[in-house]
Amino acid sequence: MLLKVENAKAYYKLEKVSVKAVDGVSFEIFEDEVVGVVGESGSGKTTLSNLVSMNILKPLTLVEGKILLKINGEFKEISSMSREEVKKKLWGKEVTIVPQSAMNALMPTIRMAKYVEHLAHSHDLAEEKLLAKAEKRFEEVGLDPLWLKRYPFELSGGMKQRAVIAIATILNPKLLIVDEPTSALDVVNQRVFLKVLMQLKRMGIVRSIIFITHDIATVRQIADRMIVMYAGKIVEISSMEEILRKPLHPYTRGLLNSVLTPEPEIRKRGISVIPGAPPNLISPPHGCRFHPRCPHVMDICKEKDPPLEEVEEGRRVACFLYSEERR
Amino acid sequence: MSRLVVENLTKIFSLGFFSRRHIEAVKNISFKIEGREIVSLVGESGSGKTTTAKMILRLFPPTSGKILFEGKDIWKDLKDQESIRDFRRKVHAVFQDPFASYNPFYPVERTLWQAVNLLEKKLSNKKEALELIKESLVRVGIDPKDILGKYPHQISGGQKQRIMIARCWILKPLLIVADEPTSMIDASCRGGIIQLLEELREVEGTSIIFITHDLGLAYYVSDNIFVMKDGEIVERGHPDKVVLEPTHEYSKLLVESIPKLYRKLEGL
Ligand SMILES: Nc1ncnc2c1ncn2[C@@H]1O[C@H](COP(=O)(O)OP(=O)(O)OP(=O)(O)O)[C@@H](O)[C@H]1O
Ligand SMILES: Nc1ncnc2c1ncn2[C@@H]1O[C@H](COP(=O)(O)OP(=O)(O)OP(=O)(O)O)[C@@H](O)[C@H]1O
Ligand SMILES: [Mg+2]
Ligand SMILES: [Mg+2]
Repeated sequence: MLLKVENAKAYYKLEKVSVKAVDGVSFEIFEDEVVGVVGESGSGKTTLSNLVSMNILKPLTLVEGKILLKINGEFKEISSMSREEVKKKLWGKEVTIVPQSAMNALMPTIRMAKYVEHLAHSHDLAEEKLLAKAEKRFEEVGLDPLWLKRYPFELSGGMKQRAVIAIATILNPKLLIVDEPTSALDVVNQRVFLKVLMQLKRMGIVRSIIFITHDIATVRQIADRMIVMYAGKIVEISSMEEILRKPLHPYTRGLLNSVLTPEPEIRKRGISVIPGAPPNLISPPHGCRFHPRCPHVMDICKEKDPPLEEVEEGRRVACFLYSEERR
Repeated sequence: MSRLVVENLTKIFSLGFFSRRHIEAVKNISFKIEGREIVSLVGESGSGKTTTAKMILRLFPPTSGKILFEGKDIWKDLKDQESIRDFRRKVHAVFQDPFASYNPFYPVERTLWQAVNLLEKKLSNKKEALELIKESLVRVGIDPKDILGKYPHQISGGQKQRIMIARCWILKPLLIVADEPTSMIDASCRGGIIQLLEELREVEGTSIIFITHDLGLAYYVSDNIFVMKDGEIVERGHPDKVVLEPTHEYSKLLVESIPKLYRKLEGL
């Protein structure tokens, strides 16, 4: 096991209210696996990624729970360290996050190499050594090392994203978290990017990958397991193949049914929509947060919050349809 | 008369002051879009899709070629402020990068107030306008309480994109140019957004240009698909033809690369 998150709650504490963006999630990431995190927009995926890397900036606050990361064979409770400490000691080497729209956040007037120099400074490493490493990594992701000397605007979207991943992995982070890395890429470049990711993993440059996306068809290509989030909670965790074969949570089912790919199975099924909208996370619905949209809603769902429970080996779901408590 | 006519459109970017490098982003493309028509522009990164969209939206002029909207050349015939304002009302953009479409110093609903102010029919009071804004948000699946008064950094990417679509619903334009409009919206809501855009098409006769790399989406919604590559349209036609029986090498590669739910891509 590489990472363990125990009952973590992270809220955006605003002046008068709190946005309960991540509200009591528990999961683990094993060594040598790719885990997809999917869920609706606003379900807390980006917040979760910031939490896992302890990139917690006000108003975001860790309210409860623990995050444990395996460092040199031992679990360390990183949630009790400060952001500054985690940043200095662990970012880049143990855990690295490539934020949502990182490639669009590159300053157009700063050469790619400058980012590598920044990295060297923040980790007290020799600039030249790191630049040499970056050149090699650029080649490994299929980019001409000369591009390091170029400006971001000269690179196409697909190239920019590969440059970002190359720079993010220079220090061989064990856990790589990528937040919506493919959503701004065309399918050809998406495929290239997925291939690059898998290659980084095969080469042992990164051990495990958390791939955050709303695009199940994309993450399906590389993920071993999938975590489904809804309104700040995890509703299902399962191996990829099982979840595709038989989604258990009604939300997961709805999500899979709304995927549009040019395939005969999908054409037969047609386009479908989960009725309603995701709840507001300041005062989410009582009981199961999905109950107002759920086609199988029962009385208990309106009163109690279903716990995430193992229903089959390696499969956890938070739904009273599968729970003893259902009566 | 076609709603939009694009004739021999070309855009060349020049880089650098001394050693001039030229990028031919769009090369001599022509097409027509009728009222009520949904067309998808698909193609790899850098193939010139956004550049084409920006010229149609009158954000920068073409190097050569013509764009006629409702019979008028948008670069030559719109002379005064009022006709440009009218154009802004009738042709609406939903952008690729929602992060770039908002001013960080204003609450996000400012963009909706701007839309209300653009309306031809002036609303009698602020309350009525606020009702319209709230209704538009509900339409795109956002609880107004969730975003009103918030600043861009406080809401998610998908929420930002949906607000841009709420804007469309307020303005009810004749042409919507949507550049990756659902790239940050998860599948379960995407269906709703698409239904909303289709409803605008049915009820208001809106024409839509979808710029997307999501061929699955293009396949379901479009009347026609144009495949762009290196600034040119290399294949065009009915979705069944383009997606199921592509003829150009590049369209074949594109179709092959689409991630599928029930099949894994090879060689990853
Ligand atoms: N800085 C902030 N202040 C207050 N609320 C915030 C802030 N950032 C995010 N939120 C809220 O927290 C919730 C979770 O947001 P988050 O960005 O984690 O969602 P997400 O699943 O990544 O969405 P998307 O798919 O759209 O990127 C949303 O309701 C969002 O509006
Ligand atoms: N303002 C600019 N100055 C110089 N070159 C530009 C400019 N805008 C775009 N280009 C270049 O024009 C070409 C076409 O870019 P465009 O943004 O239209 O592609 P696209 O098809 O929208 O790609 P994507 O799918 O990545 O959004 C690219 O080579 C790009 O680098
Ligand atoms: Mg996000
Ligand atoms: Mg573009």
